[in-house]
Amino acid sequence: MKQSNVVWIVVMLLAGAYLSWRAVSYQAGAVYVAPKIVVDADSGKSFTTWSKVPKVESNNLGVEISWPRTLGIWLSALFTLAIFSFLFGDNVFYKVAESIFVGSSAAYAMVVGFWSAFMGIFVAQLAPQFAQKTFMPGDDRTEPEWLMLIPLAMGIMFLWRLMPTGGWISRWPLAFFIAVFAGLRLVSHFEADFVVQIKSTILPLIVFAEDGSFDLRTSLWNSIMVLGTLCCLTYFFFSVEHTGVVGKISRVGIYLLMITFGVGFALTVMSRYSLLIGRMNFLLKDWLNLGASL
Amino acid sequence: MDKFWNSLADLDRRWLFALTFLAISIPLLTGIVLPQKVTPMVENVFNAIDELPSGTKILMPLDYDPSAEGELQPMADAFLRHAAQKNHKIYFMTIWPTGVAMIQRQVATLKKEYPEYVYGEDYVNLGYRPGYEGVIKLITSDLPKLYGADQQGTPVAKIPMMADIDNIKQFPLIVNVSAGDPGLKQWVQYAATPFDSIEIVGGTTGVQASTLYPYIPNQMIGMIAGIKPAAEYEKLMFEKYPEIEKRPNSNMANVFMTSQEVAHFMLIGIIILGNLVMWQTSGRRDQS
Repeated sequence: MKQSNVVWIVVMLLAGAYLSWRAVSYQAGAVYVAPKIVVDADSGKSFTTWSKVPKVESNNLGVEISWPRTLGIWLSALFTLAIFSFLFGDNVFYKVAESIFVGSSAAYAMVVGFWSAFMGIFVAQLAPQFAQKTFMPGDDRTEPEWLMLIPLAMGIMFLWRLMPTGGWISRWPLAFFIAVFAGLRLVSHFEADFVVQIKSTILPLIVFAEDGSFDLRTSLWNSIMVLGTLCCLTYFFFSVEHTGVVGKISRVGIYLLMITFGVGFALTVMSRYSLLIGRMNFLLKDWLNLGASL
Repeated sequence: MDKFWNSLADLDRRWLFALTFLAISIPLLTGIVLPQKVTPMVENVFNAIDELPSGTKILMPLDYDPSAEGELQPMADAFLRHAAQKNHKIYFMTIWPTGVAMIQRQVATLKKEYPEYVYGEDYVNLGYRPGYEGVIKLITSDLPKLYGADQQGTPVAKIPMMADIDNIKQFPLIVNVSAGDPGLKQWVQYAATPFDSIEIVGGTTGVQASTLYPYIPNQMIGMIAGIKPAAEYEKLMFEKYPEIEKRPNSNMANVFMTSQEVAHFMLIGIIILGNLVMWQTSGRRDQS
């Protein structure tokens, strides 16, 4: 075995031993909750809600450990470590955590979509009395919205592709949705990303302040904006050979594009570090109860 | 000396991971906060919320999910605390199914830190509606048509703060936090650009930022892109409302930013060192 691998196995074993000691000695990941009696204003019925309290209040009257929430913290921490284990190479822990994340995310989105869209919009409008008796007791609509039959029909047509024959039927609603979104996006992109962007680039190169003095800062900024845009556009203008003056202008355009890509890359690095810091904060503080509170 | 450079060239990458772990952990554990200089764009975003009269209706779409929480949660919290401090009426909604959980988290913060906020009168959770940008397009003309009920199923007709809401043109400001598409870009394209009356500020990930900068200032007042401007926003908030700083987790962006800065210094050091190693060893490797 390579010496570096031995070193890392020892480091990992030490880290594991520390985590075990921390878990036992300091109740890592333990979540304490306090009860609160809430009375519903409409029905007059009372019920108890449990809210998280800091560990220092764990000895207060009524405060107790919440096992489901504690289990949640532990599962979250272990899954985070499983994902981090990919740094040492692909392994079974990573694969399991990744699959569970994808599966649970899809299931969550499906359940939210079902209750928000299918039940909350479709069933509530098409069968309001049924909705009132079952899942929307406060709804006072009584008349069905018959227009909802159109999306119902299109939904059935969509699912028709699962049938043994007539799969082509699903292409009709698909064509409708593509056309609708193409129309929506064409208009919005044309206005927001083309017309208004051109308008935003038409700027005065020499700017005077309100008191009549020359505004060097704004003038310089506007000049960079206008000339920079023209240089970048020249780079993408292929009808003229990029030699001589055109070549030099397009070269400036390349430099500006490179700066833009650099900024984008740096922002991406910052973004990824932020996500890592977020998880580290969770592991160190929420799970291991380490360090200063924010 | 050659041995030193060669050992660096063959360094096990796991040492760099360990170094990253230390660079991030130490500031988090010690709670050290480095000072931030507030930039004009963050000031514009702050003023957009701060200069509105108390009790203004603010639409707050939270279009992100737990995978972007580390970057977006501090700014979402800052927006929420600032809006609540100004007693603005907050309307939560999302066009991401996983955004529902993020709204619930904000509602929990609101209940804990601003117990005087009453559901239905001071804030409402409209929840998720499917349709991507189609949702934005529709609610610019008819909001109750799509949002017949709130997240709990209560009809909007029975929610006092929804009584006079017909569409989102009635909101003086939209405060969006988004992690991708559909998100801030679509709010600009479908709401802020076609309708001059709709003003928008946003918080977004660093990854998205470069595609959104061109919208400022004509189509969007300003944007908080990543953890750095979020830390600046917190600083402005603490200067004006010092009581917020005493609340737990209120300076999350500043603590995260300190970790970020230490990690960046480490990264710059590694890049310089890597180039030095390459420069020192490349000739010998070519020969071999």
